[in-house]
Amino acid sequence: MSRTFQDAQEKKRKQEAYQQLVAKRKPKPPYLRHFLVAFLVGGSLCALGQFILNIFMRRGMDMNAASAPTLAVMILFGIVLTALGVYDEIAEFAGAGAAVPITGFANTVAACAMDFKREGWVLGMGSKMFVIAGPVLVYGVLSGVSAAFIKYVTGL
Amino acid sequence: MDYVIAFLIGGLICGIGQLILDFTSLTPGHMLVLFTVIGALLGGFGLYQPFLSFAKAGALIPVTGFGASIAKGSLLEAEKSGIIGLFTGAFEFTGQGLAVAVFFSAIAALFFNPRS
Repeated sequence: MSRTFQDAQEKKRKQEAYQQLVAKRKPKPPYLRHFLVAFLVGGSLCALGQFILNIFMRRGMDMNAASAPTLAVMILFGIVLTALGVYDEIAEFAGAGAAVPITGFANTVAACAMDFKREGWVLGMGSKMFVIAGPVLVYGVLSGVSAAFIKYVTGL
Repeated sequence: MDYVIAFLIGGLICGIGQLILDFTSLTPGHMLVLFTVIGALLGGFGLYQPFLSFAKAGALIPVTGFGASIAKGSLLEAEKSGIIGLFTGAFEFTGQGLAVAVFFSAIAALFFNPRS
């Protein structure tokens, strides 16, 4: 009894010492390189978005009207790259550069749909498609409608 | 010129997101929610529109633009048709994209398997 207790304590002490060592030795993330890659990849996706926006605006839409189909096309683009397995590879090295543009939102929806179909078409794919993208939608609507309400009522 | 500004501004927003990931303990999920809420609040008070007019896709494509689009639709529709419009308009600019996301993600799941 006391033997196993001592063993357990010894093990815990060793684990703590190891974790301290890991924290001390762990390399800091290469901030600058991460920033630059995110900047370049994210910027490129936005330039592509600009290209699509220009196509819709050349067909006579103003920017308000053109923004919806532009978002839709970028989302479709993100889903196609996800289906082909390309987006996950981009996301691996681009970090926020792949996550922040709307294509990243599309990527999480498509990836979850593809992942969770093994749990069934209704309770897997159907219910878990928005497991990652859901919070963005929930808090976007919550804060967007609230802000619009305040602006509408007070006329700020 | 539009392309250069969209590239620079959009890239900068993504770069800031990366710095948040590296310097804080926020997960990507939290960072995206934070960006969306910032965009939605700015959009609701009409402050995102000047930024959008300047940076165009550089402001629209990052997820901040998604939040701002929700707020903008909500506000425009409320000004048109009263308080109920807040909810009518929430998906005015984003609904199309959401329908595309749901529809084609389901199609993708039907025909493709995850790589790993």
